[in-house]
Amino acid sequence: MTKSQKIFFMLLPILILVTFLVSLNTGVIKIAPLDVLKTFIGYGTDQDELVLFSFRLPRMVLALLIGAGMAVAGAILQGVTRNDLADPGIIGINAGAGFAVVLYLYLVSGNAIEPNALTIYTMPIFALVGAGLAAFLIYLFAMKGGVVTPSRLILVGIGIAALFGACLIVIQLRMDPRDFMKATVWLTGSIWGANWTYVLSLLPWIVVLLPLAFYRARYLNVLNLGDSLATGLGTHVEKERRLMLFIAVALAGSSVSVGGGISFLGLIAPHIARKVVGPRHQFLLPAAALTGALLLLFSDYVSRVLIAPSSIPVGIVVAFLGAPYFIYLLIKTP
Amino acid sequence: MTSHQEVKSRPIVGTITGLVGLVILLFSMAASISLGAADIKLGTVWNSLLSFNPNELQHQIIHELRIPRALASAFVGAALAVSGAIMQGMTRNPLASPSIMGVSDGAAFAIAIVFAFIPGLSVLEIMSVSFLGAGLGALLVFSIAFAAKGTLSPVKLALAGVAVGALLDSISTGIAIHFNVAQDISFWFAGGLTGVTWAQVQWLIPAFFIGLLLALFISRSITILSLGDEVAIGLGQQTILIKTIATISVLLLTGAAVSVAGAVGFIGLIIPHVTRYIVGVDYRVVIPCSAIFGALLLVVADIGSRMVNPPFETPVGAITALVGVPFFLYLARQDRRGL
Repeated sequence: MTKSQKIFFMLLPILILVTFLVSLNTGVIKIAPLDVLKTFIGYGTDQDELVLFSFRLPRMVLALLIGAGMAVAGAILQGVTRNDLADPGIIGINAGAGFAVVLYLYLVSGNAIEPNALTIYTMPIFALVGAGLAAFLIYLFAMKGGVVTPSRLILVGIGIAALFGACLIVIQLRMDPRDFMKATVWLTGSIWGANWTYVLSLLPWIVVLLPLAFYRARYLNVLNLGDSLATGLGTHVEKERRLMLFIAVALAGSSVSVGGGISFLGLIAPHIARKVVGPRHQFLLPAAALTGALLLLFSDYVSRVLIAPSSIPVGIVVAFLGAPYFIYLLIKTP
Repeated sequence: MTSHQEVKSRPIVGTITGLVGLVILLFSMAASISLGAADIKLGTVWNSLLSFNPNELQHQIIHELRIPRALASAFVGAALAVSGAIMQGMTRNPLASPSIMGVSDGAAFAIAIVFAFIPGLSVLEIMSVSFLGAGLGALLVFSIAFAAKGTLSPVKLALAGVAVGALLDSISTGIAIHFNVAQDISFWFAGGLTGVTWAQVQWLIPAFFIGLLLALFISRSITILSLGDEVAIGLGQQTILIKTIATISVLLLTGAAVSVAGAVGFIGLIIPHVTRYIVGVDYRVVIPCSAIFGALLLVVADIGSRMVNPPFETPVGAITALVGVPFFLYLARQDRRGL
């Protein structure tokens, strides 16, 4: 571990914790830190308990999970495809999920007035199915003689993304304005319907896949050397690549299904992490997870507090906060 | 990044496919003029060109609606494809496309501001605004890439483009949602070639030819750039100058295309790949052939957008993708790579 890596891995959890605590206290209904503490021990008022446990806490936990999931998915994709522009969005995972969601909204039009229980519970399932379908199609077309080369994967991915994007816009323009708005907000990325059910549905994916990704991170280093060299080093290139891709797709798909299309996060979090901890994946993947989690948690806080009560989708805030910092990094580091 | 298997140039194949493509393009444009809500015989089209009779309704339709539309779809398609080819060659990244220079997002940003704060502008005014927005986007991207420490690496340029695009896009989506003009903007952008006027075509054609001439002027240098910056510098190339000219060309071509037809995605990304698969990697051949194939795809897609669900028009970008993707997927599996 170099010095900057040590600082990064100590600093980020502290930053996340601080953001988490500040975020807990603030919102449309402000709750003093002492009251938060009281509520946690079980001595709070009923209102505080409702706000904290039913609304604020699940949303923040979701932000952490989605941020980490998207960022690691992006880091893996950038590693496997050896392309700095790769992210969950560009290879069609988001477009697949978005298409499924928009189709669903279009078919059960009228739910836009109030997100009733049915919509809240079924939309993520649709999104996950859409993301899975996109992933399956990409794999189907990119596979040739049992091999999926990185360049073929990327090319097929942008093709599939375009296809879903085309179907998506056709349906979107036929919607009534209210549904259109809802779809737009979703596609931009928003943590909607934050409740414990969602947390529980996303948690297993993250808990299983993140450690698995970290555990296999060193294979990404080998894959980065190029196929022939990796094979020469005794790596089962195709098997490892398929597994890594599967992890990335599953992380992206499950994150997209509850967080909408926050793909920019999956692009910049790995880059920001790479600038600090370097290109070795055993450090890069955990660092990306922390970066993504912090960025999304903070963006969610900003979208709840600064621009309340207007509901700007959190994806917009991510881009608005993340892009300038990312540009600053681009200019500053050689 | 790129593998250099079979990186060769096939100038003869390129010339032949280019000429064949051009012939098919002319036929498609003729079809585009005669097909539509009111079918017009090709003979009538011919007559209207030879002896225009202002009292005849069909001649009116041909002159005021069909011809500008056919011309616009050809030139917009060509412009997007050429700027995509330049972008991919210059940045050596298969994912690069004109929209990555912040051009499309810049135009959308300007349009969002206009729709939210200054409603009721004329078409030509909106066009000029979107052109300015496109320029703003490209300027931002390029100044970031220039301000960056170290070399002006292609990856940096592409990443700067994505970041600026995301930033502008987030602001315009925010404005669109806040002022409730999201669907209007989507309609404008998906509107494609509906209601193209002679005034717009008169803008588009000179912009296209200036952009194309610039692109052809530096096409040899782009071939060398696409082999890598080190090679280019080693061969004594003025990489900064070349990239500046290339960016001006991309800006002209994309700005003009976006301001006429909205964001017709996909052509700028896919056509250069298709062209390289067919003619190889010599950009002196890739650029003109891209222009022809891009024009052909958009003319055909535009006919499709009128015929799929008459009298309504399907967004032309969607048809472009539906026509282009299967072909593109087939090519992607052939593994004849190279930028």
